[in-house]
Amino acid sequence: MLSGNLLWVLVGASLLGIASGLNGAFAFLQKQSLVGDAAAHSALPGIAIAFLIFQQKDLPLLMLGAIITATLSVYLIQGIINRSKLKSDAAIGIVLSVFFGIGIVLLTIVNQSSSGNQSGLNDFIFGKAATMARSDLVWLSGSVTLIITTCLVFYKEWKLMIFDATFAKGIGLPVERLRLLLTAMTVLTIVTGIQAVGVILMSAMLIIPAATARMWSDKLNIMIIMSALFGAFSGACGTLISSLKTGLSTGPIIVLTASSLFLVSYFFSPKQGLLVKIRQRRQLEKQALEQEVQGS
Amino acid sequence: MNAIEVSQLTVAYENTTVLHDINLHVPVGKLTGIIGPNGAGKSTLIKAILNQLPNKTGKVEILGQALNPKNNLVGYVPQRNAVDWDFPTNALDVVLMGRFGHIGLFHRPSAKDREKALNCLKSVGMEEFANRSIGQLSGGQQQRVFLARALAQEAEVYFMDEPFVGVDAATERTIINILKQLKEKGKTVLVVHHDLQTVRDYFDWTVLLNKTIISSGPTNITFTEEKLQQTYGGKLFFMNEKNNKAVTERGSLSAIR
Repeated sequence: MLSGNLLWVLVGASLLGIASGLNGAFAFLQKQSLVGDAAAHSALPGIAIAFLIFQQKDLPLLMLGAIITATLSVYLIQGIINRSKLKSDAAIGIVLSVFFGIGIVLLTIVNQSSSGNQSGLNDFIFGKAATMARSDLVWLSGSVTLIITTCLVFYKEWKLMIFDATFAKGIGLPVERLRLLLTAMTVLTIVTGIQAVGVILMSAMLIIPAATARMWSDKLNIMIIMSALFGAFSGACGTLISSLKTGLSTGPIIVLTASSLFLVSYFFSPKQGLLVKIRQRRQLEKQALEQEVQGS
Repeated sequence: MNAIEVSQLTVAYENTTVLHDINLHVPVGKLTGIIGPNGAGKSTLIKAILNQLPNKTGKVEILGQALNPKNNLVGYVPQRNAVDWDFPTNALDVVLMGRFGHIGLFHRPSAKDREKALNCLKSVGMEEFANRSIGQLSGGQQQRVFLARALAQEAEVYFMDEPFVGVDAATERTIINILKQLKEKGKTVLVVHHDLQTVRDYFDWTVLLNKTIISSGPTNITFTEEKLQQTYGGKLFFMNEKNNKAVTERGSLSAIR
């Protein structure tokens, strides 16, 4: 049976899945998913620093630390791209690994300190949804509500900005600010999700549901709804399985669930599935053959 | 009144000047071609006029006033390859984007906006593709959708960046017919163009550009062999003096007399 706490954690993980599915769809189309990955890894030093300063595992404080370093990483990536010849892959790779490296060092320091070895900060690496307390869920639902509302309110503007920024600017949309808002929401999604999913795998929650949904629809409104549903399903499944089998972290199970959905879609989706493509090719070959026979 | 009035416009990227001291006016109701070699700054000129570039100095007026997106005077067709055609949306949705300037922030398109968008698709001969994903359209069809989106803007002055590149002959005819209709309605159209052969047929006003304005005015005065030589420098080769055929660096064959 579901214990009371597990039920709440399940609700929290599903909400998180909806938020990351929605926001992830926009980040995915904006080709910003990997920036999200860097931001997620870069949240780790922020969490450790917040703990070292305040000496308590108070979620809002840790989230604040995570927001600061994750945002800093996004700025650094942009700065490197703007001020050097490096392209985004190199910039992301550098920033991600440097921040994560610093995070691991700080985490070791935390774990060696007397107050730190019981802190459970290690759970932020791979995620442990079960560690979420009721008070954490209040924070989570607040931030999830903000993310979902923003995605719905700015749907039309983000759509145009991502598809054709030049045109958007031409009709007077504040493109730079819209882009900033999308990045800010991506960072918020990541920071909201790291407790349950962990810094290493959080970006999967942004990428995989969106990529899966893209295979099922050529319409943005349907794609984002499906992305949200896939996210919610993965979040709920991952949480459930990891809490049944003690010892398994939530993040990896969520990612495995999401990628199973992806695999099924890769083969069976009606628009872009591999099977449909093979069948179409067979049919074309057959038609060509018949025409050839008739022609001769 | 002039549709477009540009004075002392200069655009620089880092150390290189892309456009230098552009002074240009285009009267209302002219179908205008912007002609010049690769790297002459044709697209840059359009983007600078539309205030899309950070590093620019000079003054631009559209119909006597400073550019203001809010009054919806300007329609824009970017180069077709400027966007990702794998984006999950259909033809009608793209045309609807042309209405966004009228709809305003956070409002949803009304039934009337949809009807207008559909009519614009119809006028470019694409109504049956309204629900087709844009990724499944051919290059020419994509260009028509872009034109329909600009029509949906219901602007007074239209800017088009190479609308004829990579499209089939039927699409080119459709596009030029629509541009001529716009002109008859008193709209002003500026087109970045490559094919010297069609300049005389298409445009009644011509701007020759190579980093700065070489010549600008009615096509029969501006579009001369001497001024073309000046614009293209040594890159314009005369293949056959008797027929006055010229080959530009792009390899397009054209009669220029």
